[in-house]
Amino acid sequence: MVRYIANKFFYMLVSLFILISATFFLMKAIPGDPFTSEKKVPPAIQERLYEQYGLDKPVYQQYIKYLGDVVQGDFGISMKKINQDVSDIIGQTFSASLKLGLVAIVVAVIVGVLLGMVAALYHRKLIDNIAMVVAVLGIAVPSFVIASLLQYVFASKLHWLPTMGFKGPIYYVLPVAALTAQPIAFIARLTRSSMLEVLNADYIKTAKAKGLGWMAILFRHVIRNGIMPVVTYLGPMTANIVTGSVVIEQIFGIGGIGKQFVEAISTRDYPIIMGITIFYGILLMLARFITDIAYVFVDPRIKLSGKKEG
Amino acid sequence: MKKNKSLLLLLTLVLAVGTLLSACGSNNDKNSASNGGNNTSNSGTNSGEEKLAADQTLKINLSAEPPTFDPAQAQDSQANTVLKTMYEGLARMNDNGEPEPAAAEKWDVDGTKYTFHLRKDAKWSNGDPVTAKDFAFAWERVLSPNTDPAPPYAYQLYYIKNAQEYNEGKITDFNQVGVKVVDDYTLEVELVSPTPYFLGLTSFYTYYPVHQSVKDDAKWAVDASKMIVNGPFTLTNWTKGQTIEVTKNENYWGKDNIKLSKISMSLVNSGATELASYKNGELDRTGHPNGEVPTDQIPIVKQELKDEFKVKGIASTYYYQFNLTAKPFDNEKIRKAFAMTIDRQAIVDKVTLGGQLPAFGFVPPGIKGVNDEFRNEVKDDFFTENTEEAKKLLEEGMKEEGYTQLPEITLTYNSSEAHKKIALAVADMWKKNLGVDVKTENQEWGVFIENRQNLNYQVARAGWTADYNDPMTFLDMWTSNSGNNDIGLKDAEYDKLINEAKTTEDNAKRNENFKKAEEILVKDTMGIMPIYYYTNIALEKPYLKGVSLDFSGGIDYTRAYLLEH
Repeated sequence: MVRYIANKFFYMLVSLFILISATFFLMKAIPGDPFTSEKKVPPAIQERLYEQYGLDKPVYQQYIKYLGDVVQGDFGISMKKINQDVSDIIGQTFSASLKLGLVAIVVAVIVGVLLGMVAALYHRKLIDNIAMVVAVLGIAVPSFVIASLLQYVFASKLHWLPTMGFKGPIYYVLPVAALTAQPIAFIARLTRSSMLEVLNADYIKTAKAKGLGWMAILFRHVIRNGIMPVVTYLGPMTANIVTGSVVIEQIFGIGGIGKQFVEAISTRDYPIIMGITIFYGILLMLARFITDIAYVFVDPRIKLSGKKEG
Repeated sequence: MKKNKSLLLLLTLVLAVGTLLSACGSNNDKNSASNGGNNTSNSGTNSGEEKLAADQTLKINLSAEPPTFDPAQAQDSQANTVLKTMYEGLARMNDNGEPEPAAAEKWDVDGTKYTFHLRKDAKWSNGDPVTAKDFAFAWERVLSPNTDPAPPYAYQLYYIKNAQEYNEGKITDFNQVGVKVVDDYTLEVELVSPTPYFLGLTSFYTYYPVHQSVKDDAKWAVDASKMIVNGPFTLTNWTKGQTIEVTKNENYWGKDNIKLSKISMSLVNSGATELASYKNGELDRTGHPNGEVPTDQIPIVKQELKDEFKVKGIASTYYYQFNLTAKPFDNEKIRKAFAMTIDRQAIVDKVTLGGQLPAFGFVPPGIKGVNDEFRNEVKDDFFTENTEEAKKLLEEGMKEEGYTQLPEITLTYNSSEAHKKIALAVADMWKKNLGVDVKTENQEWGVFIENRQNLNYQVARAGWTADYNDPMTFLDMWTSNSGNNDIGLKDAEYDKLINEAKTTEDNAKRNENFKKAEEILVKDTMGIMPIYYYTNIALEKPYLKGVSLDFSGGIDYTRAYLLEH
């Protein structure tokens, strides 16, 4: 186990290094810089800005300096948001995305698993069909369509909920609904199919034959085994939702990290682009990592080892 | 067996509903608690006047978050909106676009020498008096070559004697710069040359005073708790990416004229969401200059919300510019042919839909001339739309260049739905009227600007907004060595006219020079092809009063108030 983790950790560092390098050079290759503007600044001032932010040096020197700073945990200050630390900006905007994301994940898992379970238990009955139609819709309809629709109905027409902003619990309802439609559908389908499989498995028949009660069978055997694929999906989904859906944040006016990222790219705010990229990278890798570990606890058949087959 | 199943279903349902209910329950608790808090504070500030609404909280949206509230570093219209509520310069612009006393109660002007007499009751939000030293401190901070990062708008202060030299490090003693603190309440300013619009400039944010405590604190302007300001409002909350809130400053000398208790600003960058939010009653105003009503929604809201729909011309010009150094637009006749053959009225009526004015000159209406608006004194009749004439010109131009067929032409614009619609309409008119196929290409903003500045285009979209109320702000950008001249115009006569206008004290002569310069730019060279003069389109709730828009579309909320509704 320890060896496995150490190994995984090493590969994470390598990936991170590649990610940083590739992003850095690609970013520098885009035309324009943070100080390109329609109304030109006098050359003397422009040069001083380049000097102050180290943009007057060759790209490889900037790269080496940046790597050095990052190793020491210094993500620098923004070039556009004057005198603001990159880590502060990430922290503040990520907190919105995180809050929204966590609520969405919890809702998605609870509703998705329940929906899938009900569908499996009532296989080929009306409830199953309804649940699966809902699931197909959830997967097929893009989230921004759902978001706009929800906004139109519940905010613009019925005036039940606010259109935009992120000032209190009530502001969560619509974005969470839009954000979870797809994961709910996905989880429901995963749960349903794996539960159906499990329900027909030999050990369930054995359990039934033993005379075990329905509840016991369901909670001890069916759910635990049936939920396996959901655990797999949980990792990428968490990363996906928590990193902030740019489109959903845009539609509901939530100043999350996704919006910040897009804005940084269009203003060529180099330190923020790098900072958020690294942050995203770490988050995604951690999500995968935790998923792997979680397997061990959920599925006793899996043993971790440092070898490739692991 | 069957019984068991329905039991299970019941159980799952109970579970599901239970979690939902518990979530709702806690939500409601929090809501009512915070509402209660608001209500009590509101009744406390109720002014008791008949018509005014009890809650004087103005709710608006900014489509972009201001990067900083340091007046020295600001350079965008959103920052301008917020800074205007928090700071006050020597003068402020009134509703008629005239400078009126603000931090200075009066001033004497003697040629290039201005003496400002500061009001003695002006205070910072922490109670300190606002003195002439604060202005000198702020201006030195803007101009000092050691300020980090370098204030990009330092050149707005170059009108002051030796300011440019000091900023460029050619002189190192700030005492040589034309800013002199005579005593705490008297500030003398010496200019390089007569500048009729200088008083207006002192209301601009780069000229705002700054409290001297910020000297060694780089982060003072990004932290609401550290801001010390001298304007009608103070920054009370800034949640990055979410909201900005300013609250009435009780230490402001003119607080009796301020009726709003709070301005709450959301930071949403989506015209559609902003409009939906406005319709839902969450915003009191939407549209320019802090946001944008989506073009396709304009005809709808014009009908639906007739009384709330506000259109006002502003001093900005939308135009296409030709690259005078690239084929085929290095030929004057070809440029003229292209400019004369588009139907501006049709573009305004059918594409932009915002009541814009077709443009035949470069200086927009709203800019001051000698006694009246410049555009009323100098008509923009530099050319007319005439397809027959254009065809002839195109033929002649092609003959001059020896073309049997025009080279491939690409029209470049920065990615935006609105620009795209205009580009397609214009290309279509060129095709129909001149029989020329023009490719349209959109480019991301940074790429677009870089290409344009490097003269790496043939014909490109552009727009220009006034920095100050004078034709100079539109015309000095086309001199041969101006950094903003991105059409490749090099005209000695033009340069001479602008230089003369910069030094003369004779306003009639200035106007005459501007007229001749604009003639060279539009009539003779047709380096730029004007399309329309911008309008400011906004939706404003009928109960919102006192919002003031200046000539260039800058907005002032400080004197606004809300009526009972």
